[in-house]
Amino acid sequence: MSNLLIVLIDGINYAAWLFISAVGLTLIYGVMRVLNVAHASFYSFGCYVAVTLAGYWFSHNYPPHLSFFALFGASFVAGFAIGWILERFLLRYQYAKDEVVILLITYAVFLILDDVLKLIWGVDPYYASDPYELLGTFNIGEMTYPNYYLLMIGSAIVLSLGLTYMLKKTRFGKLLVSVIHDREISSAMGINVGRFFSLTFSFGCALAAIAGGITTPTISVVPGLGVDVIVLSFAVVVTGGLGSLPGTALAAIIMGVVRSFCVHYVPQLELFVIFSVMALVLVFRPRGLFSLAEARKI
Amino acid sequence: MKLDKSLIYMIGFLVGVLLASPWLPQWILFIITLAGANGLVVLGLMLFMRIGLVSFGQALFFCAGAYTTGMLCLLLKVTDLFVLLIASGIVAGFLAYLLGFLLAKYRAIFFGLLSLAFSMILYGVLVKSEKLGSTDGFTVAGLTILGWTPETTQMKIVLYGITVITVIVALLFVNMILKSPRGLLLTAIRDNEIRAEYMGASAISTIHLIYIIAGVLSGVGGAIAAMVSGHIDPNMTFWTSSGEFVFIAILGGIGSVSAPFVGALIFGAIQTIAYGYSPNTWQMTIGICLIVVILLLPEGLWSLVEKMRKKSRV
Repeated sequence: MSNLLIVLIDGINYAAWLFISAVGLTLIYGVMRVLNVAHASFYSFGCYVAVTLAGYWFSHNYPPHLSFFALFGASFVAGFAIGWILERFLLRYQYAKDEVVILLITYAVFLILDDVLKLIWGVDPYYASDPYELLGTFNIGEMTYPNYYLLMIGSAIVLSLGLTYMLKKTRFGKLLVSVIHDREISSAMGINVGRFFSLTFSFGCALAAIAGGITTPTISVVPGLGVDVIVLSFAVVVTGGLGSLPGTALAAIIMGVVRSFCVHYVPQLELFVIFSVMALVLVFRPRGLFSLAEARKI
Repeated sequence: MKLDKSLIYMIGFLVGVLLASPWLPQWILFIITLAGANGLVVLGLMLFMRIGLVSFGQALFFCAGAYTTGMLCLLLKVTDLFVLLIASGIVAGFLAYLLGFLLAKYRAIFFGLLSLAFSMILYGVLVKSEKLGSTDGFTVAGLTILGWTPETTQMKIVLYGITVITVIVALLFVNMILKSPRGLLLTAIRDNEIRAEYMGASAISTIHLIYIIAGVLSGVGGAIAAMVSGHIDPNMTFWTSSGEFVFIAILGGIGSVSAPFVGALIFGAIQTIAYGYSPNTWQMTIGICLIVVILLLPEGLWSLVEKMRKKSRV
């Protein structure tokens, strides 16, 4: 089997992970113009919830194949709930402020939540590799891959198709698109913009938590793991064009494949290359790949 | 040149601590010196904020300065403090000059995120460079000053003295810039860039200039931080340290050139106290302070000083 295929498979797996991690961020920004740094905390939160539940699930001998639904479901619900509280009691009153100021508020929330996680779960690492081992492996040529790759890639595809379907075909999605285009007009037409904001924010946070939940079986859950994830997610959503779903997908694929090439051929450039791609794209497309032109306001 | 009263107090405070330094406990000197180094970086951020820009990658120049000092020490055996400080300033300034061509065209959140990308690129390079200690970094030691090698205790006082002089020069320089026509332009660009350009001013060249000045300040700050703590590692350019600088800038406010240093001193104090009492929740303390400042004092702590002044005038 050619090396190229190995590189591509690794790249697409990484791209799937990047997409799942970043999609909540771009959704929230697209609707609310809020770049949510606390995304990192929700990711870690999802990891901790999943790892705790996995420990409980497997020590009680519940049906192992149902563990996936339990893990992802628990992460989702936990992320949604905390996100809702955050929007309802803090962010809701800040929308009049500048984008950068709201970003700083979410940064403060990130600092607080990260320490809350340490207070709840302590600073020791946790592992939950049972779901990962449960799925077994598959072969392509002589190379063996974990089936978890397929789960990751499948989740990314389901997530992107599901979100696209929701935005384009459902009543909720169509209303959401109108809120994205013009808050004031939508509000004048009788759409409860506040409720859409709070739903979007909670949903975006829940997506971050699910991303954490899906990743949990493949990593050790330690404090501060969200810190690395959030900058990668930033890179993906900014490269794709903030708020654009296809942009995020494309950027994730580009970065995943380029990184995979680097890891295989020039491992020194691993981290360097992702941000170089971001800088390079921003040089030629200052607002990212899939961005709309914005009118200059005088 | 007319000096602000607050500037005179600030300089007075720094010189006062310098005169008292032989009798002060070491850790206080350490905190104030480090606050001086951070303050220099934040002084640059304050200039950005006057234009309405927030950089999430200023740690790039901080780290570039620190690594210039460290690498000159380690590889070329250059140990003179003054040479190192100047070299770090020049290297960081040159880097800022190059990146400025690109970044000066960006505004709002994109300015912040592109500068974040550049600082993370440097992080990626440093983490993978085995010669420079990878993620562990390396120690900076054996510094001399004009051929004299001070003992450890003396060194701390000497470093503090040099920091005070650097900070005072920076304060006066930035104060001069802000009072100049170019400096007044900063607020004009923030309020309405197109109108400012219609009056014949160039926003891009102004931002580029400010970017270089901030780069030099951060580079010198990084060199001081490297000398004081005696150790450098790639985390200096990770996005969280840029976040800390932004926090200090918000804490102090942009009302005066002294504000960044007040902010840096208070940050140092909060960090030391919070870290001393419970190392696992000091970030939380910082986060809560940040929210409180943004919600209650959007102009930073400096707005309190201005309020007091207005009252005393009435």
